[in-house]
Amino acid sequence: MTYIAKPRFRHPDLPKNTLGFTRRDYEGAVSTLCAGCGHDSISAAIIQACFDLDLPPHRIAKLSGIGCSSKTPTYFLGNSHGFNSVHGRMPSVLTGANLANRDLIYLGVSGDGDSASIGLGQFAHAMRRGVNMVYIVENNGVYGLTKGQFSATSDKGSKSKRGVINMDAPIDLVSMALQLGATFIARSFSGDKTQLVPLIQAALEHKGSAFIDCISPCVAFNNHPGSTKSFDYVREHNEAVNRLDVMVGRSEITADYAPGTVEMVTQHDGSVLRLRKLTADYDPHDRVSAMTYLQRRQEAGEIVTGLLYVDPEPDDLHVYMNTIERPLNELGEQELCPGPKALDKLNAALR
Amino acid sequence: MLQPTDIKNPAYFHKVVDCQWACPAHTPVPEYIRLIAARRYADAYMVNWESNVFPGILGRTCDRPCEPACRRGRVEDEPVAICRLKRVAADHKGDIRARLPRPVTKKNGKRVALVGAGPASLTVARDLLPLGYDVVCFDGDPQGGGMMRTQIPKFRLPEPVIDEEVGYILDLGLETRFGQRIDSMKWLLGQGFDAIFVGSGAPRGRDLDIPGRKETAANVHVGIDWLSSVSFGHITKIGRRVIVLGGGNTAMDCCRTSRRLGGEEVHVVVRSGFEEMKASPWEKEDAMHEDIPIHNFLVPKSFTHEAGRLTGVMFEKVKPEFDAKGRRSLMPTGEPDVHMACDDVLVAVGQENAFPWIERDAGIEFDKWGMPKVDAATMQSSLPHVFFGGDAAFGPKNIIWAVAHGRDAAISIDKHCQHEDVSQRPPPGFKMISQKMGIHEWSYDNDISNDLRFKVPLRDKAVALKDVRLEVELGFDEKQAFAESQRCLNCDAQTVFTHSLCIECDACTDICPVDCITFANNGTEQDLRTRLSAPSKNLTQDLYVSDALKTTRVLIKDEDMCLHCGLCAERCPTGAWDMQKSLIQMAHAGHECRSSSNA
Ligand SMILES: Cc1cc2nc3c(=O)[nH]c(=O)nc-3n(C[C@H](O)[C@H](O)[C@H](O)COP(=O)(O)OP(=O)(O)OC[C@H]3O[C@@H](n4cnc5c(N)ncnc54)[C@H](O)[C@@H]3O)c2cc1C
Ligand SMILES: Cc1ncc(C[n+]2csc(CCOP(=O)(O)OP(=O)(O)O)c2C)c(N)n1
Ligand code: SF4
Ligand code: SF4
Ligand code: SF4
Ligand SMILES: [Mg+2]
Repeated sequence: MTYIAKPRFRHPDLPKNTLGFTRRDYEGAVSTLCAGCGHDSISAAIIQACFDLDLPPHRIAKLSGIGCSSKTPTYFLGNSHGFNSVHGRMPSVLTGANLANRDLIYLGVSGDGDSASIGLGQFAHAMRRGVNMVYIVENNGVYGLTKGQFSATSDKGSKSKRGVINMDAPIDLVSMALQLGATFIARSFSGDKTQLVPLIQAALEHKGSAFIDCISPCVAFNNHPGSTKSFDYVREHNEAVNRLDVMVGRSEITADYAPGTVEMVTQHDGSVLRLRKLTADYDPHDRVSAMTYLQRRQEAGEIVTGLLYVDPEPDDLHVYMNTIERPLNELGEQELCPGPKALDKLNAALR
Repeated sequence: MLQPTDIKNPAYFHKVVDCQWACPAHTPVPEYIRLIAARRYADAYMVNWESNVFPGILGRTCDRPCEPACRRGRVEDEPVAICRLKRVAADHKGDIRARLPRPVTKKNGKRVALVGAGPASLTVARDLLPLGYDVVCFDGDPQGGGMMRTQIPKFRLPEPVIDEEVGYILDLGLETRFGQRIDSMKWLLGQGFDAIFVGSGAPRGRDLDIPGRKETAANVHVGIDWLSSVSFGHITKIGRRVIVLGGGNTAMDCCRTSRRLGGEEVHVVVRSGFEEMKASPWEKEDAMHEDIPIHNFLVPKSFTHEAGRLTGVMFEKVKPEFDAKGRRSLMPTGEPDVHMACDDVLVAVGQENAFPWIERDAGIEFDKWGMPKVDAATMQSSLPHVFFGGDAAFGPKNIIWAVAHGRDAAISIDKHCQHEDVSQRPPPGFKMISQKMGIHEWSYDNDISNDLRFKVPLRDKAVALKDVRLEVELGFDEKQAFAESQRCLNCDAQTVFTHSLCIECDACTDICPVDCITFANNGTEQDLRTRLSAPSKNLTQDLYVSDALKTTRVLIKDEDMCLHCGLCAERCPTGAWDMQKSLIQMAHAGHECRSSSNA
């Protein structure tokens, strides 16, 4: 960690977004994680994505569990709402918050231990309920905060820093999310921000449950030879199926691509995703073939990254439950106390 | 494709220390500022004295080319008060005489003559006397110091400060012939000196030959002559209404001096625009603070007079016009002329060199503007044992340039007298010292202050304006000096990158508060500058480029905005970044720069 506060001075020519903020206005406190931790890069990517999308910081709620990864919300979006929940319980707190106030943008930040070990049940239910949120797992294959024990996403055969081989089969959160009905699913790598930032942007624009599994090397306990979550290993085995550009007003990218290699996906909120295919036959709209593809490549030892599945017109929990449009804290006496007539009617129905 | 940066070349990191690079004498500025912060004033003074010879004088009067260059001025509004911190070192140093070189008794048998006792000549003396040279200094004036003593008003530079710092040099065993003007170069050449240094300055003030000049001679004065008469106490009064013509530092000294000698309505009038005036912004500020208005775009047409007495100045109104090439000329606006009434006029429209005492057949070549032909690196003239420096070399400049010339000339004179090639210049001393003390501890204070520049306290205006010899600036006290010193970004704490250690984790890119760091595929400089983390428009600042990394990308660091905060090094898991102090010291005359002792 670092003891001095990050200087307030910024580059004078730093661009401003339509809200008049620079990227630095989306920062939080200085990180206390180990120097070089992949999680810090993910924080930087979240900052960049929120800046690019002109998101008002006070309209974002960041929720997390316990772990180095779950500590990171302190290190970005210092002017947003935050809730640091119990280990593995972020999904239920987020679901509750979302039900109470659907107007905020929900960003769940978790770790592989937090989501795949202790919080696996919570993870699964948030995915299948279609909570409108971005759920990022900062996946380093270990419990970083408790000094590097294997987590449930650690690959079979991966070697710990002490030389112990992991014998348990790994949980693949991407496959689970596919199976459980999440409507936006991606995998990325903390060491590749050109891939990660647009994925976070697209997830933030997605109106449904968006899940990103982001491999994030733990430099202290899981970045050695023999680990399958080290910088070197991930760089060597990374197979991106596509590249994504998110078209947001200010940053229109104009470039020509060979026909058939580009697909434009318009999401519910009007945002346009431009998918440049790197693997010709990969179709990110077909859940079943995506699952098959992932299993095959995984077996071949590859780490498949990119936008793996997207449903551009998803429904979410509020639709399923037919809830009121307005946040609960905006409801007045009128809406909350419909009066004796309504009560009589209700009582009559129960007789 | 950019080649990896050669950080072994002292010039690379020297350039990063913007102030030191901009200082003609290359004073190690951040080094002395840290010493001031540590209250080691005498050490801070000596760092200065070695580089620039007159810390107390320069700390009050320097033209400070370092300040416009200061990095702090790029990340916020104003640079560090480098110059006034120098004065703090001088004010609080105590007695440092024991730390100065002693007069040398064992002489080397070589004799050097200095013409003039201004800062250029005195610097040559300071550098040569400790080496055993017999140095003889001639000056027409009765005391040493040159224009520092005769021109710069005492309310900016009190006499005791000059006496002290000139005295340190006289005490090294300088043989002075004060009061003796040299009237003939040929005579001097005949005196058997092994080398001659001409530091005679630019002594002639330009006059303004417009109608009415002759008739008004009694009340129209040439600025620099008038100022030296004030310095010598020959002039003690001026009229109530004064017009000062000109916009340089002489004009600023003339108007402020007038305010102290009875001038109540003092006006400065310049031909060009306010922004284009030669005076530094702080000099204009000081003048305006003393209730002296500055009028611009007025060209003097005539001095008006009545019954043999000056009544005022007639001006033509002009406006700037630009031709296709962007060159500016001043065109009459066609409006009626403006008359400004006054009792006295001070003409401060420029200064010239004059060498009436150098016979044109003495062997020294002059150019068509009447200036001697002088080599800018060696200060040597066409006569191999005659050297020039200060205002005499390339026209009027300032004290710090005079010092820099003197230091270069001393090296040349030493080499010349030792029968060495003067064109072989010695490289600067260059050391890199890691500042790492612990995981997040550095031997410099990397937590920089957010404070804005502190103002030097001034004496109460009513009191200051009563006495032309009363110093107007009070100088920073220790607390203010400490606070100002904390604004320094320690630009000599260099970011040094070892590419073989980098694992490309991005931690440094993410933490850098000013977006200096980018990892990208290599390219041409022009192309790379469009692909960096932040806009990279300042082409005068270098890009630091590494060898290819594992992913074949390179590290590119734009030096422009770097705060030297060390956070990149603190966040780096592998120690690929280190903060190292670059200590760059210009060579000075002496054994280490003679090639024979290098061998
Ligand atoms: C009004 C005014 C204000 C200034 N203010 C500042 C300031 O605030 N800061 C700054 O940095 N600079 C200032 N300057 C400029 C600065 O004073 C000069 O650039 C500097 O003094 C030049 O130094 P020098 O060694 O070349 O010669 P000078 O200081 O000019 O000294 C030359 C000396 O040579 C002597 N001399 C000349 N001819 C002969 C001869 N033939 N024989 C013997 N002796 C001779 C002269 O008497 C004089 O003493 C100012 C100048 C003026 C006119
Ligand atoms: C209920 C409970 N059980 C156990 C712990 C101990 N604990 C703290 S963090 C952690 C694992 C965190 O792992 P992960 O989510 O992968 O985060 P990382 O530190 O790797 O980013 C554990 C087991 C706890 N804090 N609370
Ligand atoms: S222990 Fe691992 S996960 Fe935790 S901060 Fe350090 S590097 Fe990051
Ligand atoms: S020292 Fe490092 S982190 Fe600090 S401004 Fe310079 S490059 Fe950036
Ligand atoms: S922090 Fe160190 S290892 Fe990481 S990218 Fe920067 S220099 Fe390389
Ligand atoms: Mg983990």
